[in-house]
Amino acid sequence: MRKAAIAPLPTGSEWSFEALTEYDEAIGRVARAYGLDCYPHLLEVISAEQMMDAYASIGMPVYYHHWSFGKHFLATENRYKRGQMGLAYEIVINSNPCIAYLMDENTLPMQALVIAHAAYGHNSFFKGNHLFKQWTSADAIIDYLVFAKDYIAQCEERHGVEAVERLLDACHALLNVGVDRYKRSAKQSLEKETLRQKEREEYMQAQVNDLWRTLPPRREAEGLREEKRFPAEPEENLLYFIEKNAPLLEPWQREVVRIVRKIGQYFYPQRQTQVMNEGWACFWHYTLLNTLYDQGGLSDGFMLEFLQSHTNVVYQPPYNSPYYSGINPYALGFAMWRDIRRICETPTEEDREWFPDIAGSNWRETFDFAMQNFKDESFVAQYLSPRLMREFRFFSVLDDDTNEKLRIDAIHDDPGYRKLRRQLSEQYDLGSREPNIQVWNVDLRGDRSLTLRHFSHQRRPLSESCATVLEHVSYLWGFTVRLEQQSANGAVELLAEMKSEKRRPGNLSN
Amino acid sequence: MTVRIVDRRFDSKNKSSVNRSRFIRRFKGQIRKAVAEAINRRGVRDLDNGEKIGIPGKDIAEPQFVHGSGGVREIVNPGNDRFSSGDLVERPQGGAGGQGSGRASQEGESLDDFVFTLTRDEFLDIFFDELALPNLVKRQLAHIEQYKRVRAGYTQSGVPTNINLGRTMRGAAGRRIAIGGPYSGQLRTLEAELKALLENPKPKDQPEIERIRREIAKLRAKIEALPFIDPFDLRYNARIRVPQPTTQAVMFCLLDVSGSMDEGRKNIAKRFFMLLYLFLTRNYERIEVVFIRHHTVASEVDEDDFFTSRESGGTVVSSALVLMHEIISARYPSSLWNIYGAQASDGDNWNDDSPRCRELLEESLLPLCQFFAYIEITEEAPQNLWEEYEKLQAIHAGHFAMQRIGSVTDIYPVFRELFKRRA
Repeated sequence: MRKAAIAPLPTGSEWSFEALTEYDEAIGRVARAYGLDCYPHLLEVISAEQMMDAYASIGMPVYYHHWSFGKHFLATENRYKRGQMGLAYEIVINSNPCIAYLMDENTLPMQALVIAHAAYGHNSFFKGNHLFKQWTSADAIIDYLVFAKDYIAQCEERHGVEAVERLLDACHALLNVGVDRYKRSAKQSLEKETLRQKEREEYMQAQVNDLWRTLPPRREAEGLREEKRFPAEPEENLLYFIEKNAPLLEPWQREVVRIVRKIGQYFYPQRQTQVMNEGWACFWHYTLLNTLYDQGGLSDGFMLEFLQSHTNVVYQPPYNSPYYSGINPYALGFAMWRDIRRICETPTEEDREWFPDIAGSNWRETFDFAMQNFKDESFVAQYLSPRLMREFRFFSVLDDDTNEKLRIDAIHDDPGYRKLRRQLSEQYDLGSREPNIQVWNVDLRGDRSLTLRHFSHQRRPLSESCATVLEHVSYLWGFTVRLEQQSANGAVELLAEMKSEKRRPGNLSN
Repeated sequence: MTVRIVDRRFDSKNKSSVNRSRFIRRFKGQIRKAVAEAINRRGVRDLDNGEKIGIPGKDIAEPQFVHGSGGVREIVNPGNDRFSSGDLVERPQGGAGGQGSGRASQEGESLDDFVFTLTRDEFLDIFFDELALPNLVKRQLAHIEQYKRVRAGYTQSGVPTNINLGRTMRGAAGRRIAIGGPYSGQLRTLEAELKALLENPKPKDQPEIERIRREIAKLRAKIEALPFIDPFDLRYNARIRVPQPTTQAVMFCLLDVSGSMDEGRKNIAKRFFMLLYLFLTRNYERIEVVFIRHHTVASEVDEDDFFTSRESGGTVVSSALVLMHEIISARYPSSLWNIYGAQASDGDNWNDDSPRCRELLEESLLPLCQFFAYIEITEEAPQNLWEEYEKLQAIHAGHFAMQRIGSVTDIYPVFRELFKRRA
């Protein structure tokens, strides 16, 4: 950007509403000049306590009640009060208009940073990235959360807090295996949702009953056929399967399962794009504020404070530092976006060889393409450059429990680049990070038991908590539930079994 | 287009309070255990604070299907300073270094205690819960009703029910007199003139008489026009909130530390003392606590020694009562202090000492005390001390309470006695 004198923006550390407006305008002007495409946004000023509230409910402005959110609140509050952690500077909600929270304890430079980071950085990412476009309905999410909260509150009134809590516990336990990874559903709005909810209730119950129908003629007819598998194809979305097929759930219970599943699905893209999304937001707050500084709008004091916060955020401690807790997504993301710009603007020989498509291209176009069409896994696989691997001094450690020692598999050298990159990309693949568990079979003709199968990858076992999760599954299913494990060579073993005979209360006495 | 900024700072604050109370309700069992431990650490006087408590992390974990350790995994780390490809490295201890510590710390966390802070109200709630106190009592204990409204003169503003008629009318009369004063003076002069003229009426005075009469009528109208009562005159009874007349109290804790009082029994006694102390703090501004422990001889000790030390040997209860009486005479004249006594024992006493205890109580202590409570922490058959005290209960009902206690929930009946008196 060329130097053009603009009126200096307010200085000092105390913020005011007027100053925020001025900053927002100035940052917005620069963002438009760069061609960032954002939802309109709304800034909400909140207190530290409200920030902790928001933390506890995953940043959502409305959410149903559950003890686990209380637990997170207490944990956050405790750590905050002991001074073990500062609160995050920002929380931003993927909705239209996009809502960004500003904490009132922040200084003016911090608020400007948050505006640039959240209200322009994240915001444009939410609007542009294909996962968010495909999976989340920014227009409807707040409506849906209101609907969910009201519905669950109604259930609590009608069926008791305890019953609802038990159900939610079970659903939360299956949250990470309750998402559709490949297909998406249609958009919903509050009115439609409420209207359709009753309809769906009746319809679904009818469906389920049909599935379990035991009228004699039909039974004979089916008995002739070879035993048919149900489901015909293994189903990876456990919550979906339970919502549609669990024999003994009441209609309201199905609806609650659905709510938890829907909200879980809404957060799925966030988990898949952490590096990209945070990196993108960091890149833009850095670029926008630096441009403003170059234009003469920001004071040196402002820049010093801003740069200090920025540096803290994108710091990557080395593996042997006591502060090390894995790769910092902010650091990696920021570095990658900067590196892509560098490759576009001043490519080296190495870059031309590795990235013939983008070396020397228009960086803004390349950026938009990358932002829109990738997720962490593919982003790393596509754009991590050898130069960055050297900068981060990445090395890959192979931990095989049959070997006595760990082996350094690849480092940042010529033979290692591709391996490192593939490895890191796989590390961000939720599919390989999380266990692959599928609904394998339901014994329709027999005891109605449900069999789940864990497809073990790289001999990785499930953690011990899987027995507890299975208890939750059997609560939802109502009959015996089994968990099997299939290893790479095809051998199947039974991991856990939860026997359960939840008949209707009337039948128990007979 | 300017951005919309919404100030939410003054919106509903405790959005998480529902979730918080659900959490506490759900883990009441564990929290109660932690609170019980916290109570053991606390002093008798230290009930008014929140408490930081920890409950086992594994109890509150939210399980999901995740990978456990084992199998083959490969993790990329930053900051290589010494490795080349193909190097073999020792497995690090505790997940640092080569391990991606994301998962390691997740599992590590679940083993730690989950530590958080209960507010004072939550703490008291659980504390009371154990004691099986009815709600009314809980409220009386938990909420400080220190203020009462007293009359404090008059104000010029208030609600109609508080109008003070006498004051208002007096003010109105004064105002009428003050404002109407000059007119009345003129009126009096004119009336005197008129009277003089009318005494020996002459035809030439007729116009003058007419004029004076007009003047008088005008003045009368002016006086009439003065409002009988004006908003300015209104006076209201003023009431202000003043702290309840506060007084001071002294609480005597008498504890039997003979060999037969084990930790469990002392714990029950401690709860009992705490509760009494809490009750007193609601009613008195200043409270002193005197700890007297006894086996065959009694001594005044500080709180630490009171609960921790344990002696063996026989029991002479009267020694404590005598010491209590001595302390009262020396330091707490009953004209200045409200005296409360709380005695906890397992009921074991020298046989010929028990009648003496009764006498001491009846003759010298009960007349000085507001209330004296005796709890016998035992499940065995009552012994002679209990029998002697029973005689007292008949005579000094409402003044003296006694209760046999097997567990903490039995403490309440003693307090019912106390609250009945207050209600």
